[in-house]
Amino acid sequence: MSKEQEETAKKASGTPEKAVPLSREGEREHFETPMLDDLETGPWPSFVTGIKRLRDKHPDDRIQGVANSLLGQLEHSYETRKGYWKGGTVSVFGYGSGIIPRFSEVGAQFEESREFHTLRVQPPAGNFYSTDVLRNLADSWEKWGSGLITFHGQTGNIMFIGASTENTQHFFDEINDFGFDLGGAGPCVRTGQSCVGAGRCEQSNCQEMKIHRTLLNNFVDDVHRPALPYKFKFKVSGCANDCMNSIERSDFSIIGTWRDDIKVNQEEIQSYVKEKGRQYIIDNVITRCPTQALSLKDDDTLEIDNRNCVRCMHCLNVMPKALSPGDDKGVTILLGGKRTLKIGDLMGTVIVPFMKLDTEEDYERITELAEEIIDFWAENGLEHERCGEMVERIGLVNFLEGIGVDVDPNMVSDPRVSSYVRTDGWDDEARKWFEKQRQNKLDQKAATA
Amino acid sequence: MAEAMHHRSPIESGCPDGMQYMHPVMRRNYGNWDYHEDPQPGVLKHVSKNGEAIWTVRVGTQRILDVFTLRKLCDIGDKYADGHVRFTIRSNLEYMVDAEEKVAPLIEAVEKEGFVVGGTKNSVAYIAHTQGWLHCDIPGTDAAGVVKAMMDELIDEFKNWNMPNRVHITTSCCQINCGGQGDIAINVMYTKPPKINHDLVSNVCERPSVVARCPVAAIRPAQVNGKPSLEVDEKKCICCGACYPPCPPMQINDAEHTKFSIWVGGNHSNARGKPTFQKLVAAGIPNNPPRWPEATAIVKKILRTYRDDAKDWERLNDWVERIGWPRFFELTELPFTKYHIDDWKGARSSLNASTHIRF
Repeated sequence: MSKEQEETAKKASGTPEKAVPLSREGEREHFETPMLDDLETGPWPSFVTGIKRLRDKHPDDRIQGVANSLLGQLEHSYETRKGYWKGGTVSVFGYGSGIIPRFSEVGAQFEESREFHTLRVQPPAGNFYSTDVLRNLADSWEKWGSGLITFHGQTGNIMFIGASTENTQHFFDEINDFGFDLGGAGPCVRTGQSCVGAGRCEQSNCQEMKIHRTLLNNFVDDVHRPALPYKFKFKVSGCANDCMNSIERSDFSIIGTWRDDIKVNQEEIQSYVKEKGRQYIIDNVITRCPTQALSLKDDDTLEIDNRNCVRCMHCLNVMPKALSPGDDKGVTILLGGKRTLKIGDLMGTVIVPFMKLDTEEDYERITELAEEIIDFWAENGLEHERCGEMVERIGLVNFLEGIGVDVDPNMVSDPRVSSYVRTDGWDDEARKWFEKQRQNKLDQKAATA
Repeated sequence: MAEAMHHRSPIESGCPDGMQYMHPVMRRNYGNWDYHEDPQPGVLKHVSKNGEAIWTVRVGTQRILDVFTLRKLCDIGDKYADGHVRFTIRSNLEYMVDAEEKVAPLIEAVEKEGFVVGGTKNSVAYIAHTQGWLHCDIPGTDAAGVVKAMMDELIDEFKNWNMPNRVHITTSCCQINCGGQGDIAINVMYTKPPKINHDLVSNVCERPSVVARCPVAAIRPAQVNGKPSLEVDEKKCICCGACYPPCPPMQINDAEHTKFSIWVGGNHSNARGKPTFQKLVAAGIPNNPPRWPEATAIVKKILRTYRDDAKDWERLNDWVERIGWPRFFELTELPFTKYHIDDWKGARSSLNASTHIRF
């Protein structure tokens, strides 16, 4: 932000004069924060108390000053009900992304947090940490930054909140040396997310961390150098509970599933019935199945119509000891989830109903699919148009043809309702379908042989 | 450029491997877990196929952590847990221990330091929050403050299993909605078109891309006071604020007219039904720091109604689907207005095209 812009912005923001702290010689006066002080009361841990601790107890005078100034500006926001940060351009050497610049519009009053940039840093996949590595991050951050950290931002980054322009480089250099790298910001591949998965969850159907790292680290260049139409997010959930909200919130959603039968421990089913009662099991398991695929038999064992099970996870959630995912595991891939702007909310759409992810070739296949999609979108997406919005604009079929994926009835809830369609290529398309069915059968035979 | 050459080149290592930081019991049993139990609120017990078990204690914090708090959490992790932690998607910290007898002392240490154990199973999980006035460039409100104020009132619901199923609450400080979908979402909603500072537009904004950002084509280039600027067709404007990030002189935030809205029924899970988006239930709620009591009162009312009326395992969207929207508005005593009827693309699919009506 230029000086001139800053001046104009300052005028527009109407900062009251009382915000300026009275300074005694050599001593920093604290900004008064009556509204924030109110948030120090109550039983939940207070972020205000934390920031005050930095102001009052931290040995580094720089951090004390930043914390005091930040509290002053935040109190000013509370009083006027407006925000006072502006963006700009800040980057580390070699990257065009990963730092969220924040310059204060009221920096003249709150001098010591005038530059308050956020660094987005990619967490270890699955958000696993040792206390040692957390201490290393804290040590580096108090050397160069404000001392405030968030695990994690909504995209999934560790958010190091509050560094001056100069110090962003020093901090990055230091943590980059012990294995951390910046995440995405702007029109680029963004930091990914994966659930706890195989690390601790019995419902895991894939190697979440490996998928996350294989995909993200294939696109490091697209993470660090924004050159895409808009953001592109990968999220990985190990089962259809989708703890990473990937269908709603990611452009490329990978969800673990299985193709064979649910594994049933009938003795455990019987002991659930014994413990909870038949009515509870009928009301909470049997009748909640979305495809009526469950039946409780007279001897209190469970019968499952596996052909019609849609792997929704409900019965496995209620009876995790009795029911488990099958052995023929893999993933479903959905494309194009996002929130409102610009055209309205979109859920992801199935583009791959099932894909095995066992061998290195399988991982190459999913990486190539992601590359194909990002390349096609980079070519055809409009500025600031998410991948799902492009699909909405051009139609799923044009998109699938563009990335070389065949249509599949699993991609739709229902076939077309509208008769406004030209079908003169029907015979060719029908031939393609039957040919593909034949090929699939041959492949299956070969696989089982 | 000569100076830039002295800089160290980045190591483009990307996403680090989580395996190196994982608890040894988790590493040993990777991909081999059999089932889990919920011994008490805030505690999970996972058992592997070879019989080994790991206990997890889930801890709510202030999320915006100062280094003192982070080190305190690490100290607890070293002394009472086994030096390994992870964070959930809702910013809770999880300690893992390899023996049941370690759980009680760990919980005691956590609570003694003022942190909160809970957020598992059918509780109200920690509210997911965004940046807000603390460090965002376009916020309509503060996020950390809203969440602190609400969690003070919902803490018992975090610590106990009172709800029919889990409840995810989110907050967002503008209509971009970084907080995402939630069973209950508390989102900023602007109610007036942007106020344009015409002196700044031509210097600060790339006008064609601002025009392109508008979802309803309400912005057009204009000459104002002899300067190139932009103007908004206020009859068309839906007050979404999409023009504000690319063009800060189109100020959308306003001390009085920036309001809160509450949405319910967003559910990410495929369990039972397909994932669902959240729906508007209340708007026009004042943006009232430092405690936002009006918004909190509505959230609490919805939670109480859901708790008392929903069946076990029904998420908020499942419950509304069973009882219907008229009953939802009746029970929560919220007004149903013309603003609840969607008019965006695809809106007809949200209208009732049947005689399915509950009396």
